[in-house]
Amino acid sequence: MKLLILIPAYNEEGAVGGVIEEVHAVLPGVPTLVVDDCSADGTVGAARQAGAQVLSLPYHLGLGGCVQAGYRLAFELGYEYVIRVDGDGQHDPRDIPRILSALEQEKCEMVIGSRFMDGAGSHTNPARGAAILFFRAVLRPILGRPVSDPTSGFVGTNRTALELFSRTFPLEYPEIEALVVLQRRRFRFLEVPCHMRPRKAGRSTITAVKSFYYMAHVLLGVFVNVLKFEGRRK
Amino acid sequence: MDRMLNVMTVFSILLLGLVLASVRRAHIRVEYSVSWLAAALVLLILSRWQGLLNRITTWLGMSDAPLALLMTAGAIFLIVLYRLSLMISHLKDSNIALVQRVAILEFRLERLDEKTKAVS
Repeated sequence: MKLLILIPAYNEEGAVGGVIEEVHAVLPGVPTLVVDDCSADGTVGAARQAGAQVLSLPYHLGLGGCVQAGYRLAFELGYEYVIRVDGDGQHDPRDIPRILSALEQEKCEMVIGSRFMDGAGSHTNPARGAAILFFRAVLRPILGRPVSDPTSGFVGTNRTALELFSRTFPLEYPEIEALVVLQRRRFRFLEVPCHMRPRKAGRSTITAVKSFYYMAHVLLGVFVNVLKFEGRRK
Repeated sequence: MDRMLNVMTVFSILLLGLVLASVRRAHIRVEYSVSWLAAALVLLILSRWQGLLNRITTWLGMSDAPLALLMTAGAIFLIVLYRLSLMISHLKDSNIALVQRVAILEFRLERLDEKTKAVS
């Protein structure tokens, strides 16, 4: 079993070191890769000091491009499983074994850590909460099943999904569109309960003002992906 | 009507001159200047060839030739903008792939350096 913990980070100097240390405490010996999206602060130094390997992007690509760079490298290096943990400290690394276990046992292509299952912590800001409710309703008929936390970035992927995402991955706000990309190829995903915590430092990329743009952008991206419809198996 | 057509003629000539000057100074690549040159030429021809403009006006079901010319100009520039959007999207995709590739190669090179140092 080759597992990589992927941590996309942009200006997360204050939090990323703690996240890496927590991951190493939970999973000793498992490699961590921080993908630095051209941070202006000391994110790279903090990550290296905490013992992570760092993939530094020469300029800012945004979350999707940043995560995809990590998936590409992980695929090229032959990893079987990649679990993405945000660099702001919102995801609790103690939930990683649960995601990994679901990936291995259920043989599904992607496992999402959901903050809304089984009484798990549901820390989220009101703008994001509204977006989650909206996209639950939009995605239900498209995916043919409910998804409780479509905006969660706490996701694990197996090598099949890794190969797909290293070729095609949504660039901005990728989590929701990625579900549609998976569904178009008849890949399976599963949700497991996870705890979300308040971010340790920095600011969220999704503010109240941005949430309308976010919803319109993602909605368009979802329908574009539905229309693409490549590779469906009969 | 004549003044409107004259203004359009001057505008087309200015656009032609600007694009050609930009190509000469290598500010615009030749392949990207084609859309603008074609658009400027069409506008220049329509603003000078009143017979053709009148036929287009009738075909569009309009009574005002200058308005038809403006509509045609608008449609032409929309097509030019659409073509530019295609190019920008293609460039952005290529750029992202390039940035990711550079970062990955740099990462692997650093690892190789570390291994070499460890061996020696």
